[in-house]
Amino acid sequence: MKIGLFIPCYMNELYPDVCFDTLKILESLGFDVTYPLSQTCCGQPMANSGCASDVASLAHRFVEIFKEYDYIVAPSASCVAMVREHYESFFKSDDRDFHKVRDSIFEITEFLHDIVKLNTLNLSFPFRVGVHNSCHGHRMLRLASSSELQIPHFSKIKNILNLIDDINLVQLQRDDECCGFGGTFSVTEPEISAAMGNARILDHLGANAEIITGVDMSCLMHMQGLIDKNNQPIKVMHIVQILAKGFA
Amino acid sequence: MITHSQAAKQFLKDQKKALWHDRALWYVRQKRDAQSKTIPEWEQLRQKASQIKAHTMQNLAHYLEMFEKNALENGITVHWAKDGDEHNKIVHQILTQNDAKKVVKSKSMLTEECGLNPYLEQRDIEVTDTDLGERIIQLRGETPSHIVLPAIHLKKEDVSDTFHTHLGSQKSNNDPHYLTQIAREHLRQKFLQADAAITGVNFAIAQSGTIVVCTNEGNADMGVSLAKVHIASMGIEKIIPRVKDLGVFTRLLARSATGQAITTYTSHFSGPRPKAQMHIVIVDNQRSSFLASEDYRQSLHCIRCGACMNTCPVYRRSGGHSYSYVIAGPIGSVLGAFRDPKEHSSLPFACTLCGSCSDVCPVKIDLDKQLYKERQDIVQKGYSVKKKRLFKVVAWVMRYPFLFDMLGKVSRFVIPKLPQSILYNSKNNWGKYRKMPTMPKESFKERYQKEKNVK
Repeated sequence: MKIGLFIPCYMNELYPDVCFDTLKILESLGFDVTYPLSQTCCGQPMANSGCASDVASLAHRFVEIFKEYDYIVAPSASCVAMVREHYESFFKSDDRDFHKVRDSIFEITEFLHDIVKLNTLNLSFPFRVGVHNSCHGHRMLRLASSSELQIPHFSKIKNILNLIDDINLVQLQRDDECCGFGGTFSVTEPEISAAMGNARILDHLGANAEIITGVDMSCLMHMQGLIDKNNQPIKVMHIVQILAKGFA
Repeated sequence: MITHSQAAKQFLKDQKKALWHDRALWYVRQKRDAQSKTIPEWEQLRQKASQIKAHTMQNLAHYLEMFEKNALENGITVHWAKDGDEHNKIVHQILTQNDAKKVVKSKSMLTEECGLNPYLEQRDIEVTDTDLGERIIQLRGETPSHIVLPAIHLKKEDVSDTFHTHLGSQKSNNDPHYLTQIAREHLRQKFLQADAAITGVNFAIAQSGTIVVCTNEGNADMGVSLAKVHIASMGIEKIIPRVKDLGVFTRLLARSATGQAITTYTSHFSGPRPKAQMHIVIVDNQRSSFLASEDYRQSLHCIRCGACMNTCPVYRRSGGHSYSYVIAGPIGSVLGAFRDPKEHSSLPFACTLCGSCSDVCPVKIDLDKQLYKERQDIVQKGYSVKKKRLFKVVAWVMRYPFLFDMLGKVSRFVIPKLPQSILYNSKNNWGKYRKMPTMPKESFKERYQKEKNVK
């Protein structure tokens, strides 16, 4: 099965290790993984800033680059959500390439849970871990039940992490509140953004978490920036950084 | 023009109060969660409410005419106002005809929207807001910071000061029971003296030509029962088709708003008392523009419960007065930015697109999607020039992988070498509160190409 590895632009530049962990997981599962070299950015920062009209050409580039793969997998819920939720307006309703791409793109945890149906993991991770449910993964990709809805509780992220025998997932006061990153929001509303992020970190610290994990490096980058500024005894790890240790 | 960001910064200066504000509203959100869990069919109820609203909006003219016909048969006088000014004129005219000089008013966001209080006060009519929170902010000369909890930005100490200044209560007596007693005595006099009572409308039932007003304090009932003239102001979107549809909404409204099973008073007004008058002023004030817009029509479904404010992490931390429109929070940003995108251009961006508002909304308005669309509209219309210029360039760069690679390489090379004073300069909004991420030597792509030996 051919997988196209979609690496968000900022992760390519800032988090190569996390990208390699993603690649390692997919390759060790036996997939034929390719990182298409011509990819750049899905256009999410522009679209969320109100500049979606400039994104059309990027959306068409994206579909052109990734249409040949059986699955497209990315270590970012937010960028996957961009393609799934917002690309539609850039394509004709009968564009088969677009539909193929939209239906075959997955966030890595979602891919492991829904497609690979991962049910064992040979891995020890004896730490207290808090899960940060990043909003686009949570309420757009529906990786877990959101606390507002009265539906049976589920979490694909926790299902995967709980395959690790000795992991200790902590209970937070506010399970799915936004960290305040919000793309350009983090710099256009820096005070609120920092206040929201600090509140999240305190929630994790209050639950004695040693690590904050999640499926979006952007939220984690924001929180790590605050943690470093305030010298707090906690660190962030992308979920693949935890999981990759269990893959040869 | 002050942006949301600037106002929010101001609000956050009092950190203790900001924290309290966040917690107070989160407590209401938790009460809402607990109440909604008592209804197994909660999600179906939301769906049903959304469908009833969509159907009503599709057939609004029909239901408005039905409502008018039945209201007239009930002995109610019906007035139509195309905008806020016309609404105010009609209300003033009714008051003048009845020689009414003193008016009591229960909660109505529509009259806030129309600016009714200042309009009447300029014409020597005394208007007293009788909802406790509304009265507190009226005495202080403020506007509501929340549509259901208008004085949520104030603490009991603030209320005590206000009552001491305006109502002569004991200085620094912060006992809530004492303060409530002061308000009761003060308002009782106003009720007894009132020549007319103005109320809002929560639901207007087309089938019966009657209106429903939901309050917790009974102040609407008290006003209407004592005064000889009752004027109810309603937006055209308040219509629901049948009496039996009402239960769908009353089950959702109080649970979503305050986490109560139902408001203390759910009052049906079905016509004037003997020797009294009942008027209903039906107001458009740009609602028909929303109705005509496929993208934003859904915002007319709003039943003004305020749940989107209580859940919004930005609202909770920035306070209602940081929003430039009369209604704050997610729904206020949607409404304000559609009505006047230039004036309220910062509101749709005062949001992380977390989507909690859409999931909490009892009538399933897709608020986060509307805010996303409004961002596009604001940039298209040229009210956010900086963003447009910047992202045009970024989008152009991203079309050329070699440019993107080169810019990344240069940044990763230069940024670690910058002195801290330059890196963390005052223009660096990221660095004000956060450290910059560590820059790796190589990008993923560079390492991938080396390790896999591909070009």
